[in-house]
Amino acid sequence: MTEKKQAMEVKEQEQVEMESSERTRDIPCFVPRADIIETEEDYQLTLDMPGMDENRIDITLEKNTLTINGYSEFERPEGYSLAAAEYRIGDYERSFRLTDKIDQENIDATYQDGVLQLVLPKAEEAKARKIKVKAG
Amino acid sequence: MYRRLRTPSLWQEMNQLQREINSLFSSYGSPRLQSAPSYPSLNIWADEESVMVTAELPGVKAEDLDISVEGGSLTLSGIREPVELPDNGQVHRHERSHGKFTRNINLPFEVEVDQVEASLKNGVLHLRLPRAEADKPKKIAIQS
Repeated sequence: MTEKKQAMEVKEQEQVEMESSERTRDIPCFVPRADIIETEEDYQLTLDMPGMDENRIDITLEKNTLTINGYSEFERPEGYSLAAAEYRIGDYERSFRLTDKIDQENIDATYQDGVLQLVLPKAEEAKARKIKVKAG
Repeated sequence: MYRRLRTPSLWQEMNQLQREINSLFSSYGSPRLQSAPSYPSLNIWADEESVMVTAELPGVKAEDLDISVEGGSLTLSGIREPVELPDNGQVHRHERSHGKFTRNINLPFEVEVDQVEASLKNGVLHLRLPRAEADKPKKIAIQS
């Protein structure tokens, strides 16, 4: 199978580095690519996690560490053999350390088209208070 | 060391190893000669009667994706929209690529175009391309 045309810049998928602890699941684990936007009111996180079931995505916020886990339930199609493989399927895991306090009650997470969208509203006390400086 | 309870088939393991070694070597050499990784990445599954192509396309909507099959050639093209930036928003990370993409592959046989099945679920595209009746190998009986 040959290639003719290609566009769009893509980064290789990153596999999670072996850390001191070992994973119990015997499948690869990837770091999902993310976009992070901060506004005055909230943090908006967008993560690419294709092929997940929304019930198999765990989001935990402990102190100020946000951890996103996605567990793959991929099954090899029966009767088929893999002729060419350009990507691998596995779990997803990524953690972020948040600098501001988050209003934990109002975190909003949606999973659509393989993209996880998280909106983390800042806690009232963390919202930036602007102080006007008067000219002397 | 660890021991696996469920041992995958030996061939599966060997093929995986071979692919990993191949991709390791392909990353050497002059960076100028290297082509950028193509998008979307495809996995191709085959049996005797059909080919199944899967692609990870997170964030691509079905209406933004064009699939065309002509004889033995498959073209996937589409657009991935960027995240909307709110007025007072500040971007901390921007790792997800966006834009137009096109990918063309040659299939190992002619395809029965009317019977191609496509589904896009949770950002994963599944395409089933059955082999054209006219292209199937024919058994030839030997006359005695």
